Amino acid sequence: MLRFMANRLLLLVPILFGVVTITFFLMYVVPGDPVLSLAGERYDEETLEGMRRELGLDRPLFIQYLNYLGRLARFDLGRSFVTGRPVSESIAERFPRTLLLASSAMLLAVAGGVFAGMLSTWRRYDRLGRPLMALSLAGVSIPVFWLGLMLIYLFSIKLRLLPPSGFGGGSLRYLVLPALTLSFASMATIARVTRAGFMEAGSGDFVRTARAKGLAESSVMAKHVFRNALIPVVTIVGTDFGSYLSGSVLTETIFGWPGLGRYIVQAIMKRDFPVIQGSILFMAVLFVVVNLLVDVSYGLIDPRIRQRGA
Amino acid sequence: MKADLKEFISRFRRSRSACAGLAVLVIVVIAVSLSGMIPSGGRDEIDLDRSLEPPSAAHPFGTDAFGRDLLLMVLRGGRISLTVGFVARTISLLLGIALGTLAGYGGRRADSIVMRLADITFAFPTLLLLIAIMAVATPGLVTLFTVLGVVGWAAMARLVRAQVLAVREREYVQAAMAAGAGHFKIVAVYILPQCLSTLIVVYTIGLGMTIMAESSLSFLGLGVQPPAPSWGRMISGGIAFMRTAPWLTLFPGLVLTLTVCSLNLLGDGLRDILDPKMFSGAKTIRGGF
Repeated sequence: MLRFMANRLLLLVPILFGVVTITFFLMYVVPGDPVLSLAGERYDEETLEGMRRELGLDRPLFIQYLNYLGRLARFDLGRSFVTGRPVSESIAERFPRTLLLASSAMLLAVAGGVFAGMLSTWRRYDRLGRPLMALSLAGVSIPVFWLGLMLIYLFSIKLRLLPPSGFGGGSLRYLVLPALTLSFASMATIARVTRAGFMEAGSGDFVRTARAKGLAESSVMAKHVFRNALIPVVTIVGTDFGSYLSGSVLTETIFGWPGLGRYIVQAIMKRDFPVIQGSILFMAVLFVVVNLLVDVSYGLIDPRIRQRGA
Repeated sequence: MKADLKEFISRFRRSRSACAGLAVLVIVVIAVSLSGMIPSGGRDEIDLDRSLEPPSAAHPFGTDAFGRDLLLMVLRGGRISLTVGFVARTISLLLGIALGTLAGYGGRRADSIVMRLADITFAFPTLLLLIAIMAVATPGLVTLFTVLGVVGWAAMARLVRAQVLAVREREYVQAAMAAGAGHFKIVAVYILPQCLSTLIVVYTIGLGMTIMAESSLSFLGLGVQPPAPSWGRMISGGIAFMRTAPWLTLFPGLVLTLTVCSLNLLGDGLRDILDPKMFSGAKTIRGGF
């Protein structure tokens, strides 16, 4: 197990390095002079020159890149062109709200998805099972931003049950709609995977053996079917983490949720490059680390993978 | 080869999801292409007397803020969304074939370089990477094609590489090598045709995701620029009228969902028909883009 984990950790190094390099060069190719947008309307050549020197933009590309790496090592993501505030501070302030939204959505997706998947396996031929599966198919095809708007229309404008947007100090009423929106596609995928898992595990030889040796049905279900059927669900939660991050950009924009996703969109509108660069880098690194954790947890659940990976 | 095709068609007919997906897709594509060709009878002209009319027999989807028929506008918006999808996917396909073959066939060093690049591409949440690139790029259709196409290369390349590695050691390939066939001929004649079914499936599944990504970008104002219509932009434009004219948001999204859904159905069906075992890992399915 230790070797498996060490292997995965080693793989992380070149990937993180690549991610950092790509985000650096991405913002370097920005058309136009970043100093111009920084200085705003009132400027003269001398101030611009001074700012360029201050930001190190007059140095060769390679030196700038090294400086960038050096600043990153101190968790310095630069300052916002617009507010002058350190980007890392803003991320620290906003990320917990995105985390709240994403983790609620994830919880909802797993609970709802596993439940729907099991329900549609047990009642696969009747009036409940089929519509559930149809819904789960549609679920992965609905654009998250449109779903959000439709939910706002239904629950806020028509039924007046829930607020259409805002954070409300993190109260549950404000959390429901965005969390449901963000969870939907993942919930649908989990439902499909759970169903497939139960069908496959339920007909496996090891289940027949367990029944044949006289185990109680509840024990067969809990120890043999359930565990095997849910392995793919763990993968989905992991691979979908990226879609939670991307989805949070759209969901937060629609629901006026003051998290990291909305911060990025606002920065794009104002062409606030250090903010875009820093936030995207933060999310990508988070994504890489979470994928690593999922890989490792996968190895914990399924010893076969551990051996293959080492 | 002919027998394979026959077998494929008969299996395709028996797959309900593939047939349903293809049928809906064909209808959408025909309707979208016709929308630009047939005379509109003044339905696309600005007429403020007719603005924001709810759905009716004359205007099944209602009218937009300028009094234009929304059904016609939605179908015209589809031209860009579908074109972007197909062009971007084709770029991904070509890049994937080139780099995947290079990795699988070109020796150890090429393999490790290409695969590390793929790992790095996968390290970004796809839509987030797209947002970042589009935020700094000069907006426009060509940028959109290129960026969506390039970002999708990695999934394609991984699959091609896996296939190339699997086929490379087969006896008939070895025999062709022994007979003195050049590298190009071996790849083009003996290896790539074996990857065909995999590529078709991945192309189709990724198509839905690409169209969805284009809409998301356009929704955020990062994709197709005004005045060109696209589904994502129509939906974001409808937000201001959510209370008074919800159909402006409803219908573009409905048609978008239907299109993506038909592609997903078709992709799922094709996967089951062509090779169910090839895609046993859930990651491959989801990472089709």
